Amino acid sequence: MADWWDRLFGSKPHSASNAKERLKLVLIHDRTDLAPGQMELLKNELLQVISKYIDIDPTAVNINMMQEGREQRLVADIPIRPSQRRRV
Amino acid sequence: MTATIVTISSGKGGVGKTTTTANLAVALAMNGQKVVCIDGDIGLRNLDVVMGLENRIVYDLVDVIEGRCRLRQAMIRDKRVPELYLIPAAQTRDKSAVSPSDMVRLCDELKPDYDWILIDCPAGIERGFRNALAPADVVVVVTNPEVSAVRDADRIIGLVEAEEKGPARLIINRLNPSLVKRGEMLTPEDVLELLAIELIGIVPEDENVVMSTNRGQPIALDVKSRAGQAFQNIARRLRGEQVPFMDLEEKSGFFNRLSKMIRAAGGN
Repeated sequence: MADWWDRLFGSKPHSASNAKERLKLVLIHDRTDLAPGQMELLKNELLQVISKYIDIDPTAVNINMMQEGREQRLVADIPIRPSQRRRV
Repeated sequence: MTATIVTISSGKGGVGKTTTTANLAVALAMNGQKVVCIDGDIGLRNLDVVMGLENRIVYDLVDVIEGRCRLRQAMIRDKRVPELYLIPAAQTRDKSAVSPSDMVRLCDELKPDYDWILIDCPAGIERGFRNALAPADVVVVVTNPEVSAVRDADRIIGLVEAEEKGPARLIINRLNPSLVKRGEMLTPEDVLELLAIELIGIVPEDENVVMSTNRGQPIALDVKSRAGQAFQNIARRLRGEQVPFMDLEEKSGFFNRLSKMIRAAGGN
């Protein structure tokens, strides 16, 4: 019956995938003992430090915690802007 | 003979630790193994009622540890199977009455005479968990395919690793195949991907478990039931056998076929 209802009135995604996505994030923070807010602080501070040395585009930065088996990895993808000197 | 000590834990309460302990113990004993199970939940004992042995308790774990009786006096024999014994928890004491080294000593004394010692761990990650973990050779983590149980299982797995008792092995309990099919319950694959440990069994949700627990007859005694079969399989895997995982698709009984026909007719 629920299937019918969803089909008639625009179905929402199945709840299991929702559970899985939420758990992925929760487990990362549980395992690293890093609250979601702290992760934001870490990102901002990291970008500040890097910006002191190279010109980066803060909007294109991607810093995420990745799971590999039971190990966590902090992965940062930080595109660097082309050097200004070349244009001079 | 040197017993393997298996601690059954979960972090979260109510996921089926005690039911799992009782059924694995029964299943192992049905296969000719000598088994002792210990209720590690001091103050909230339950393994006795789940096994249906509650009326035969005279002494308990704390009596043994504090020297009020000999170890064998506190062991209740389950007469339905050849060699199965229960050491019940104390009901009027708390976890501080037992220490991790008490548990190690107790298990050392039992080890030469049995094949398996199963310890039913209390919920939580405090003293009772430490007590149950201390003597463990193998840690089994029981979880349900839902967010809180999986999250707590992950904590337990981490703590087991930190104590160098890992890698823990996983039982997914109360899986509802029809909910999984509809995409409304985490699949075993989802849970394994999240927790990243070895799976040792999947137990389907089965109303026979409720009924058999009501009667104090562990479901493993009923090898025809699906949950009973699942526990039998887990017991065999614990012994090192390669047992394929059960097909969890619902059996094609009359009502099933009927409902499929109706669904097909409805174009659903």
